[in-house]
Amino acid sequence: MSHSNETSYRPIGDYALIGDCRSAALVSSDGAIDWLCWPRFDSPSIFAALLDGRRGGRFRIAPVDPSVTTRRYVGETAVLETTFQTASGVIRLTDLMPVASEGEKARDLLPDHELLRRVECLAGTVDIEVLFDPRPDYGRMAPRLIDRGAFGLACEHRGQVIALRSDIQLAAVDGPGARGRARLRAGEARTLSLTYDRGLPVVLLGGAADHRIARSLAWWNTWMGECRRYDGPYAEAVRRSAITLKLLTYAPSGAVIAAPTTSLPEGIGGVRNWDYRYCWLRDASLTLRAFDDLGFTIESEAFLSWVLHATRLTWPELQVLYDVHGEARIPESVLDHLEGYARSAPVRVGNAAIDQLQLDTYGEVIDAAWRYCARGGRLDRTTARTLVGLGNTVVRRWHEPDEGIWEPRSGRRHHTHSKAMCWVALDRLARLCDRRYVQARAASFARERDAIREAIETRGYSATVGSYVSIFDAETLDASLLRLSLMGYADPHSPRMRGTVARVRERLGVDGLLYRYLDEDDGLAGSEGAFGICSFWSVEARALQGDGDTARAEFERLLAFGNDVGLFAEEIDPETGAAIGNFPQAFTHVGLINAAVTIARVQGEGPVHAPVDVPAVEERGRV
Amino acid sequence: MNGPSILLWGFAATIVLTILMTASQSLGYTRMSVPFLLGTMVTPNRDRAMLMGLLVHTMNGWLFSLVYALAFESWHRATWWLGAGIGMVHGLFVLTAGMPILPAMHPRMVSEYFGPTPNRQLQPPGFLALNYGRRTPLVTLVAHLVYGAILGAFYRLVEP
Repeated sequence: MSHSNETSYRPIGDYALIGDCRSAALVSSDGAIDWLCWPRFDSPSIFAALLDGRRGGRFRIAPVDPSVTTRRYVGETAVLETTFQTASGVIRLTDLMPVASEGEKARDLLPDHELLRRVECLAGTVDIEVLFDPRPDYGRMAPRLIDRGAFGLACEHRGQVIALRSDIQLAAVDGPGARGRARLRAGEARTLSLTYDRGLPVVLLGGAADHRIARSLAWWNTWMGECRRYDGPYAEAVRRSAITLKLLTYAPSGAVIAAPTTSLPEGIGGVRNWDYRYCWLRDASLTLRAFDDLGFTIESEAFLSWVLHATRLTWPELQVLYDVHGEARIPESVLDHLEGYARSAPVRVGNAAIDQLQLDTYGEVIDAAWRYCARGGRLDRTTARTLVGLGNTVVRRWHEPDEGIWEPRSGRRHHTHSKAMCWVALDRLARLCDRRYVQARAASFARERDAIREAIETRGYSATVGSYVSIFDAETLDASLLRLSLMGYADPHSPRMRGTVARVRERLGVDGLLYRYLDEDDGLAGSEGAFGICSFWSVEARALQGDGDTARAEFERLLAFGNDVGLFAEEIDPETGAAIGNFPQAFTHVGLINAAVTIARVQGEGPVHAPVDVPAVEERGRV
Repeated sequence: MNGPSILLWGFAATIVLTILMTASQSLGYTRMSVPFLLGTMVTPNRDRAMLMGLLVHTMNGWLFSLVYALAFESWHRATWWLGAGIGMVHGLFVLTAGMPILPAMHPRMVSEYFGPTPNRQLQPPGFLALNYGRRTPLVTLVAHLVYGAILGAFYRLVEP
């Protein structure tokens, strides 16, 4: 495959992810870093060619001549290797954001952030070209690069310094950015180190790249050593998903973002483009379960701690999403100066879903706390009071219509899934009271829980359709109904749940994939693809019904929709199989892990992971 | 310096400051709890940390009131607005210098540079402690202004 010109767009699934658990970058298979935000996931971008090939900025290293590429992550790490085979030779490009243990970081002076690129010639002779074109602030700025000789190229923007030390001579050309060429012979290597600091003298790194690569490989291998609980099928996909989830974790707070990108379209050329660089409370329970089931107990504790800490500013109400430090105000705006991925405008930053009422989040958060306690964790008094406050809000508000799990912009309705998650909230809270993790009147929560069930069974089920329905007294279906058995509301073997799984698959399924909904007005123009996590829910629901063979077959089919390095987007285009929407998507990878664990459980191979009754596995900490 | 006056009004000003900060926290204006941050320096137990932090915070309030009293004595006057002025400088110092260096002093707090090692410790406050909520700088400044104003209004200068 030859490398692209500078204004075309690579398929979304063409990218791989590198990161340092505070920020992330997307690397295309043609050696271009087309997306990078520093210092945080949700900071303005430095490279955003992903959203505008002309104005966004990129950092590309690729052979001059046409090439065929293959790539892989090195073992179970986040170090990416892309190999380019040209007519004259072979080069290997290694990309990473170096990481180190806290002890190692205390010994060495390291920059705030670093992106390290090392290119080495494996055979023959290869001419390579480098384009370094940073455009800070979402491409609003085309900075003048200052050549500091041996100290490399640098640009400054509002007290932030971006500096590139390169073994390849780069020179400014017409327009912004710098270019350079080099001829590499077998055995030769060149390193390019991009560093970032704010408000302080920049720390420059050039030499000892091999050491930083080796240290990063060692760190990731040590971390993956914690993945000790899972020994079931599809281990490679599950472990890659765990690494992806880790890369989407903001280590200083423990938050997990939904995706590292904004405005990758749910339909090419469409308007369904959202900023996912924030943390959705909805992911709390599922993410906690995924981390826990694999053995990453510190990550799960840190995430739960973040959830309970972040929500204190809005307590006893919950917002839909928060930023990585729990900031509750994330206004949405449009970046008119960017044309959008493949001209899919608008490009949005911030997220207006923050103003929505989504009652299911209460169930997710309280269920996460329940799982934590059931596995041996303890709650301090403040946290216990926090949970009771959330429960009281559920008691007060479950009768209200809400926007629901899919965040439509068409108004509030009585969503069956939201009511079921209110049931989950009060059910788990009653259990927490019964086991004395929380001091409150369990009977009042239990009473209201039963009232919710009665409402769901009366108005959220249609005998005509033979299924639970999306909205009370309606006959439409959506994929969130599959979660009624996954979250322990409904017995997966009950006729109502069996009917629901069958009807949802009939109406929303296409070629092994599942749309989240089809016949509902969500207030937006255009259409979207099949939803990644819904397809995995379908697998999980089948497995819980005891249909292990079908579940495994469908799971294996879904795995084929991942890209060459095992990453999944938010959605899949059923016609082409292409990844669409923000990428990679934590929720989809969480779905993959949970589906695999459920399959393993029903096969008797994996960790015990029932929807509700989670056995204690060890003495845990306190949140 | 008027020892009994410092003891009394230093204590009173500290209590009011603590009430203001705690009330702001309960009202959802900020997640910053100085007693909690101080207490977790000595114990990971959250409940005990609040108690110990409150004691340390009260002692700190008294100690800082000595500095305020020294300033009043050197100026030979003590008024609410002079006290509020010192409180403003005090609050700004806490936000701009104290909070950013807290991760370096606090054994259970990570810094913005932390990671990717898993974390189950306290979040760093960040610039102006904004990581604890966007109203945190305002709450901190107001609380310190009131602290200083109380000291300035009620502290009795030593008779010449």
